[in-house]
This record gives sequence, structure tokens and C-alpha cells, in this order.
Amino acid sequence: MQTRKKYIFLTFLASWLLLFFFGGDKLRHFAFFSGRKAEARRNWPHWTDRSLLKSFADPEELQSDGDPSLPSPRERRAARLSVYKNSRCRMETCFDFSRCQKHGFKVFTYPRERDQPLSESYSKILASVERSRYYTPHPEEACLFILSIDTLDRDHLSSQYVRDVDEKIRGFPLWNGGRNHLIFNLYSGTWPNYTEDLGFDIGQAILAKASFYTESFRPGFDISIPLFSKDHPQRGGEKGWLYQDSLPPKKKYLLVFKGKRYLTGIGSGTRNALHHIHNGQDIVSLTTCKHGKDWQKHKDTRCDKDNVDYEKFDYQELLHNSTFCIVPRGRRLGSFRFLEALQAACVPVLLSDGWELPFAEAIDWGKAAVVGSERLLLQIPSAVRCIPPERVLAFQQQTQFLWDAYFSSVDKIVHTTLEIIKDRLLPHRSRSRFLWNTLPGGLLALPEFSTHPGDFPFYYLQHGSSPSEKFTAFIRATSPASSLSQPILRLIQAVSASQYCAQILVLWSCEKPPPPSGKWPQTTMPLTVIQGRGKLSDRFFPSAAIQTDAVLSLDEHTSLSTSEVDFAFVVWRSFPERIVGFPARSHFWDPEQRRWGYTSRWTNELSIVLTAAAFYHRYYHSLFTEYLPAGLRELAGGLAACEDILMNVLVAAITKLPPIKVTQRKQHKETVPQQVKGTVAGGRHFSQQQDCLNQLADWFGSMPLVSSQLRLDPVLFKDQVSVLRKKYPRLEK
Amino acid sequence: RALLAGGGFSTWTYRQGYDVSIPVYSPLSGEVDLPERGPGPRRYFILSSQMALHPEYRSELEALQAENGESVLILDKCTNLSDGVPAVRKRCHKNQVFDYPQVLQESTFCVVIRGARLGQAVLSDVLQAGCVPVIIADSYILPFSEVLDWKRASVVIPEEKMPEMYSILQSVPQRQIEEMQRQARWFWEAYFQSMKAVALATLQIINDRIYPYAAISYEEWNDPPAVKWSSVSNPLFLPLIPPQSQGFTAIVLTYDRVESLFRVITEVSKVPSLSKLLVVWNNQNKNPPEDSLWPKIRVPLKVVRTAENKLSNRFFPYDEIETEAVLAIDDDIIMLTSDELQFGYEVWREFPDRLVGYPGRLHLWDHEMNKWKYESEWTNEVSMVLTGAAFYHKYFNYLYTYKMPGDIKNWVDAHMNCEDIAMNFLVANVTGKSVIKVTPRKKFKCPECTAIDGLSLDQTHMVERSECINKFASVFGTMPLKVVEHRADPVLYKDDFPEKLKSFPNIGSL
Repeated sequence: MQTRKKYIFLTFLASWLLLFFFGGDKLRHFAFFSGRKAEARRNWPHWTDRSLLKSFADPEELQSDGDPSLPSPRERRAARLSVYKNSRCRMETCFDFSRCQKHGFKVFTYPRERDQPLSESYSKILASVERSRYYTPHPEEACLFILSIDTLDRDHLSSQYVRDVDEKIRGFPLWNGGRNHLIFNLYSGTWPNYTEDLGFDIGQAILAKASFYTESFRPGFDISIPLFSKDHPQRGGEKGWLYQDSLPPKKKYLLVFKGKRYLTGIGSGTRNALHHIHNGQDIVSLTTCKHGKDWQKHKDTRCDKDNVDYEKFDYQELLHNSTFCIVPRGRRLGSFRFLEALQAACVPVLLSDGWELPFAEAIDWGKAAVVGSERLLLQIPSAVRCIPPERVLAFQQQTQFLWDAYFSSVDKIVHTTLEIIKDRLLPHRSRSRFLWNTLPGGLLALPEFSTHPGDFPFYYLQHGSSPSEKFTAFIRATSPASSLSQPILRLIQAVSASQYCAQILVLWSCEKPPPPSGKWPQTTMPLTVIQGRGKLSDRFFPSAAIQTDAVLSLDEHTSLSTSEVDFAFVVWRSFPERIVGFPARSHFWDPEQRRWGYTSRWTNELSIVLTAAAFYHRYYHSLFTEYLPAGLRELAGGLAACEDILMNVLVAAITKLPPIKVTQRKQHKETVPQQVKGTVAGGRHFSQQQDCLNQLADWFGSMPLVSSQLRLDPVLFKDQVSVLRKKYPRLEK
Repeated sequence: RALLAGGGFSTWTYRQGYDVSIPVYSPLSGEVDLPERGPGPRRYFILSSQMALHPEYRSELEALQAENGESVLILDKCTNLSDGVPAVRKRCHKNQVFDYPQVLQESTFCVVIRGARLGQAVLSDVLQAGCVPVIIADSYILPFSEVLDWKRASVVIPEEKMPEMYSILQSVPQRQIEEMQRQARWFWEAYFQSMKAVALATLQIINDRIYPYAAISYEEWNDPPAVKWSSVSNPLFLPLIPPQSQGFTAIVLTYDRVESLFRVITEVSKVPSLSKLLVVWNNQNKNPPEDSLWPKIRVPLKVVRTAENKLSNRFFPYDEIETEAVLAIDDDIIMLTSDELQFGYEVWREFPDRLVGYPGRLHLWDHEMNKWKYESEWTNEVSMVLTGAAFYHKYFNYLYTYKMPGDIKNWVDAHMNCEDIAMNFLVANVTGKSVIKVTPRKKFKCPECTAIDGLSLDQTHMVERSECINKFASVFGTMPLKVVEHRADPVLYKDDFPEKLKSFPNIGSL
């Protein structure tokens, strides 16, 4: 009661004072007294106490902004180069952009030295770089350099610690004070303080480090990477554990932790407190004192009971069955737990103050993790309880997307690191945060293709746009005849009669020159002949002539009617991220031979749609040609029909969805003979496709193809109703 | 240790995650009324309006102008203005006088070059004019960069690359330029236009750091209202194909047609992937039949009794539903074969975020009446499926029960109609996707039921359904339904192939 009286008195006093100071007539200048909101807004800031508050700049001064003569911008830029070095490095002061101008973003790895042992993880990192499309074996072409000295573990107590790094790097003629170098590190410092010390001078090199402290992180220059174990797969990577969107999304446990409790030393503050939130029901937080050799010496009264409880639960079981997982700091800021929780779709609750989160330059962690504060541990249970189910569901899905896009293999971690650096070189040709944080992720959204979301097949819905209403027919001609064959003439006629066709491109991949323009069928449709280079992969060459979102990919022998084309295109517009087409194939696991099999037989499932007659988004031409490494494209070019499979594998790897087969009037030419004959030649052709499938599965690290059991037909297809009512009656003949 | 909200941070002075970078407030924001300018060609490509440029920058700009001619306009202070004309509101090029900041709306890109300070008030004017700022200020921390995605509204060019500015800007696609213009204007409206807006954004950023789990999302900060309105963020965005083993839960809403209900139960129980059957007993005056009378089926059968006879009971997210997939089926739908139902479930697995159903319907725009019309004839298009027999994700039950916009839910319960149309609206609105109609059309209800259910054929029924569409479209503020021309059939449907080798031979046979 007393406090209330006090407040009333104070309020009264304050208002009296206000009246005294400004006088009654000035009061109406206050926005909340005036009620004339519009006017008040226009003249904001309209200080009633202008006489008391001094303005520090008048409009004139703001626009003239000081004395322009000093210092000269050029001098200032030159001066800053010498000042902002080492711990104050930024791209503009420590990175030589001119190295990347001529050859683009090329990465060189130092040659391995024989007497220099490499840890498993570092070997994988180097292999990832060398597998990437940015790799160059020529240092003079390189924009970025990566050492062959293993710098991952800089704890000098570790067996993998490499000595005399300073001395070694000073001997490298390319080192150049670390300029344009990228150094990877997982462990820095040592017991007891685990500082950021690497034990050598990195100079002006970019540091890609796990457990980065915000204070030592050079923003826009360094990169925080996740801590990963030596068993982390090179490529492919395990899938996330979320296989269904349950509702309610809450699992058996709300929040779990199981791990060590440090009795002394750095990080013990947080880990010591974790047992407080344990309630034995939906919150399970278990700690053990057992770690190190001399834990018994430091043990306290809790230890024995805690150690017993600790053994009662299995870590994997908790991971699988909890909605949220506490990811506290260990001795260092990052831990394996982080990626484990992410993979398990157990939403990470971070308790690691001052940790620069992995790839935070690109990734919006607020969508996939709860960032808590070590000091406010006790608020965590109520905070996570308040998160509504739809948000939890979104969190869970986002963990899976991020895990799969950026973390599930060493390849992905390294490539993400490289792409982030590459984005800094040409800021106007870089990915927005939207592209990084939306499926399928930044690695698959090439800024060279476009920086506009509406140009990609993935973002129409989020972006509120739709794919273009026309398509480009892209016909590949390879037969050696000098005149045009009947099938291609018929095909051009059929396609050009489609109301959705914008243009026809013929890719002429024969030895002989294409027939003169007079020999081509006369249509109103613009028809362009492009001279191919005679390589199979020309088929997916991102020709600048393709102006529409949709490409109708065709072979000269393909037979299609206008109705088929029209219907398929209308379907494609509903599924612009998939391949939508006619003849289909399927893959299967052959348990006897323990390998993938391929079949063109009529089956109840399909997982491949041949690009001899299919619609897809033109962006896939760019991905095929620019995203896939040259080695893989060569591999595909060397095997029969492998490019077709590779395109399907690529799209499936991105979308995680099967292609779509649409109604086909009569069977595609290719299917019939194989069904009937099954000759020796056909058999060999087939074994090449099987080889192709297996090599691609190996390269991708898993089999990306997904099977579908359906075909899309027109709504009234073969229904017992007058053909006059049907929009596509000709499909039924 | 104080937080600094400053207008000219460089990357070396800014304490990331602690300080807040704010705009330099432009006094013109409050004084000048510049209406937003729509997309379309503008007279100049690049415009420089700053008065106090360092001579070095100015000579670089002049070099650009010499190279590219009239598309580059470089303005400066006016020297011979008559008295009384405020110098801040005028700019000159040679003898030509331009109104400032109106002239900014005449250009596609407007350069913002650092002066003695990194932060420049002109940035605010440029944004207000909906001109895309070209930031030339190395190491500058852009205002509110912690939350605003400046790549969507500006082009940042390193000072050393000024000579290449023209070609860099030409490489920006036209569509993107238009979006950047819209985005620039939105940033000004939301975060720059008044000291109040600046202050509130600053406080919000600090608030979000303290309560990160309740922070405002990227989309809320960055999407202009038009984008927020037209875009959808699908709650089931991860492409997952749910495992077949999970199966589905069939939910039969029933009142008193016990005989028909029992037939439906017997038929549905033949579907291999059925994992549970839930009967929602909507009749409060009559008890459900005794346990012993129910058909014996191989999966658990559960009867839920409701407190009130409401249609929305069909869409309640019952705890008993343990699968993701729900099959809503009326107690008189006995014509669907086991193959058709199993196939429907397989199709749902491939499209788990959609309504997958059998009878399809269409909405049409009636040009005479100027409103939407419901269509149940044989059409080449579908935009809805009836929930008398449809698969969908349990999540949509949750949305229907707790997140249905406006008074739709109560309205449906009061009118005892259109719950299926409401569900179609809800799902299409939240996912932006069409329904999937499976298998050919046929008569769905048993012949003897049509007599009782003559209502469906009734003209008034159609009128009422049309009214529902119009009512819902006005509540949603848009027409979310998507029209498509396809339906899903088994891969080998009607193909010349031995029926016994087909997975789903028994389709459309009635």
C-alpha cells in the first residue's frame, strides 16, 4: 500500500512540474494530447523542448557533411592497408581481390609433403577442395590458397599437433604474409584455458575455425565452421532423422542433456548448473563427473548419485525422442553435440555465450535453434515450453534442411565455406540471405545464373510469382543425314502448333552443316539453329537463347502431338521444380548383385523421365553445366544414356522428389523394341546404364532417385463422357 | 559498456551483436511528401545528388558520365539561386535546376558516397524516392544491417571499383531492379521515415537480442507488405515422403446411418495401409451401437462421442490420430474400391502437404453476377476435392480447429454446410498449392442413399455452396484456390498391359 501511495504522489509531482515548466498552452504540442496524428507525424521530430535540446546538425550541414578536401579517399584507402592488418583484417585490407579477376574464383591446395602426416579430417577437407569445381592445380591461377600442413588440431598436447608451423610457412614462397590463404582449424588452445591461440602466426590469412569467439572473430573475413568428427563422411552424408511431420510435434521428452560436468576449469560454470533443470519427467538433464584421470580428486557430494542416474539413460535414445536438446559449451564453445542435435531434428538450445555460430554470415540460426544465455539457464524450460507447436514444427524442418544443405558431409562444410568467401568477391552477384535460408539452400542457388528468386525453379511460392507462360523447345539433331528427316519435321510441326510455345531451338550436333534455312519447315514460330560442339553434354548447355523458364527437351526421333505438349506444359507449371515428361524408367536395388539396377520395362513405378521428351526449368541447364564438376560430366558422357540419368539424379538430389510422368498418346519409340527384342546390343546398352547409375550413386554418396507410383492425366481422361466435353480428346486415341 | 546506436559505424568501430547501426536521419523525410513511384523506365540510369563530394569521387563520376552520356546525371550545389529558395531543396547540373529530392525519382540507381562521415543522410532521401542506392563507402555498416537484408534493396560497390560501376549495375536484371526499388521504399517507410521509426527499430533489435526465441523473423523485417501478402510459407515445407508403414487413420463422421456406416467400415478395413479407424459419433440423442454389434476388423476401431452436433468435429485433431495421414470419409461412401483407397494413400505420400481426394469440384467466376460460382459438372479442371473422401495431413486438422481465419468455423457449424470448401480454402491458402484429384470420376454414393440425400442435387444446395465460396473468399481477402487440369492415376492406368501385373488394377471399375 505504501509503495502505491508513493507512486501516486510521485506521478502527481511530476505532472505538476511539467505544467510548471512548459506552461499549459505548450502541452497540446505533445503528440498524445493533440490527437492530430497525421500532422504530428509529418513534422516529426517536433520537439516541444527544442529550446532545451540542441540540434547537432542542420539540414544544410548534414548534406554538405564536413570538409570534403581532407583526406583524399585514395590516400585513406592506402593508409588503412597498413593499419588494419592481422587481428583487424577485413576483406578490403587483407585480401588481394586482383588475384581473382582473371581466372575467377580458383582454389589451390599446396602439394602434400611426404613426411607430413595428415589427420583423417584434414585429408577429407583437402579432398573436398580438390573435388570442387573451383579447384586448380596451378598456383598462378589461384585466388585462394590452402595449406597442406594440417592445422586442425592446435592443442599442443595432442598427438596430431604439427610443430614448427611458423617456420614451415615462412619457407613457402606463396605464403605472402598469409594473403589470400584459408586456414582450417577445429581445436585451438589447450588445458586449462583453451584460448584461441593457434600456436603460429596466421597473418592475413582467413581463418575457418570451429568454436569461434565473437571477440576474436574478424567479421566479414573469418568463417565459423562446425566441429565435426573424423568419422564425418566425405560426401553424401547421412540423412536427417526426421521422416515425418508429427503433430503435435512434441516428442517424449521436451528437453534433454547428457554429458560431462566439469568440476573445475573453464566451462564448468555452465555444466555445473545443468542438473538444476532436471525434473525426471519431460526434462532430462544428466551429468557425470567421470572424465579425465583425476576426477575423484575434485568430486563433490552430487557426483555419486549423478553418475548412477547418468547410466540409466542412453544418449542416442534421448536424442531420438526429444523435442529440444541442450547444446552447452564444453571446454571450448562448440561441440559435436551441435551437429548431432541438428541431424536428429532435436532443436538445439544453445548455451554458449560469445560463440560465433557456424556460417552465421549466411545462415539465419533463429529459424533452427534457440539461442539461450548461459547466465539464464533457469529460464530455458519455460522459454521452450512457450514455443507454439507450429513454430516447433518449422524449427524441426529447418534443422533438417540446414543439416542436409550445409553440414552432413565434409564436402558440404568445405563447399559452404568456399561459397561464402566467393560471395564476398562480387557483392552484387552474391546470394541474399533468403537464398541461403530457403530450400534447397545456397550451394544450389548459383548467383552466376541470377540473384533474383523469381528466376529459379524453387521459390515461386515464397516469392509470390509464377513461372513464365511459354516454353522453349530444344531439339537435338545428331543423325548424319544432310537433309531433314521426316520425324524431326513432324516434331517441329507438332511443337510449333502448341499455344504455349515461344520459340524452337535446334541444336545441330552432326558433322555436316545444317540445311539452309529454306529447307526448314515454314512456321510462324521463331526457329534458331545452334551449332553444337558434337558433345553429348551440349544437350544441357545453358544457351543464352533460352529465354523462357521452361525448356521442352526433345530428340529428333521423338514423336509427340500438340495435345501432349500442351497438357504436359500445363502440368509442368504446377511443378516447375521437377522434370515433367513422357517416357519413364525406373531404378531398383538388386539384392543379389548388391548394386542398383535400371529397367525400361513397364513397371508400376518410375523414377526417371527421359529428357528425350520432357519439360524442365532452364536453370537445370546451368546447374548441370556449372555446378557439376567436369569429372562427373565426363563420366556421364562416356556411358550410354548416362547424361539422361545424371540430369534426373541431379534434380532428384536437389528436390528430393520424383519426376512426373504425364499421359502419352502412344508409346515412345525407344521402349517398344527393347521390350520385344532384348538383343545383345540392348543388353550392353543396359549394363552401361546400370554402371552409370552405380557410379552416380557413389559420387553423390547415396541414391538420390525417388520413385513415384502415379501418372498425371487430364481430369476427364478416358472417362465415360462425350469427347466434346474433353479438353484433350486426342490423348485418348 | 553502454550500447551505442550510431549513424556512421565502420566495421572496425562496430561491436557486432552489441551496438546498433542506425540511419542518419534526413530532415527531408518529415518535410517532403514523395508518393511512391511505380515500376517503369526512368529517365536516368545513375544519379549523383550529393553536394559535398570529394573531388576525387566527383572526377570518377564525371569519367563515368563522359563514357555513358546522358544516362548518368551528376548534380551539385546551385550557385546562382535567387534569395529565399532553400539551397537544400535544389540541385544543379550546369545551368539546369532540379528539385530535390524529387529528382531522385527520375533515376534507377542513386549513388550514396561517403563523405567525411561514413553515414550519409542522402541514403534516407534515396530510399524515400524508391531509387536503388548504390553504396560506395568501404567498411560502412549499413543501418540496421543486423536484421535488414541490404542485398535486396541496394548495390554495394567497393570504392576502388567505381570505374566499373556502370557495367556492374547493368548486370542487375530488370525484374530485380523493380523489386529493389520497392524494397528501398519499404525500408524507408518502415525504418527510416521518422525518428520514431528509427527509435522503435533500434529498440526492437535490442529486444530481439534479449529474447531471441521470440524474435521477429527475417521475413517480418524484410518483406514489404505486398510480398507478405502474395507469398506463402508452407508450414510443411520440408520435402518428405512419409514412410508407407505409418499407414493412415480413417475418420468417419456419422449421425445415425448405422447400416451404411458399418458397410463403409467393412470396406475401408480392407485397405492394406489402414492403421486405425475412428468413428466420430455426432449424435447426442442416441448412443452408438453396442461393441458387439460393430464389424470385426483387423485394426483398432475407436468411437469418439461429441458434445455437440457440429460439422467441425470431423476436423478436430483428435489425440487418437497417431498417423500423419487422415482419410476423411463420409458414412455413405461405399463405392470406393480398396485399390482406389490404397492408391489415394500412395498419392498422398507423394504430396503430403495437399488435399488428395476423389470427387473434384471447381470454382468459376460468374461474369454476369460478378461473383464466384460453385461447379460440380463434368469439367476439365478441378480446384477442390470433397472431403467426403479425401486424404490430408493431420496438421490441417490443427489449423482448421485453431487457426481458421475470421468466423468461418462458426459459420460452417451454424449452416451445417461447406466444411469441405472451408478446408480446401485453408489448405490452398497456407500452402499455395492445388489439390490432387485421384482416379476417374464416378458416382460416389450408394444408389439407395441418393433418395435420402436428394439435397445434393437440389438447386438451392448449389446456390448455398456458391455463397460459401464468396463468403470465404471475402474472409480470406483473396481467392486461394488453384485450378489445375490434371488428376493422378496409377502409372499403368488403362495401358495395354496385363491387369494382374498392375499394382492397382481395380480402379474406376464402377
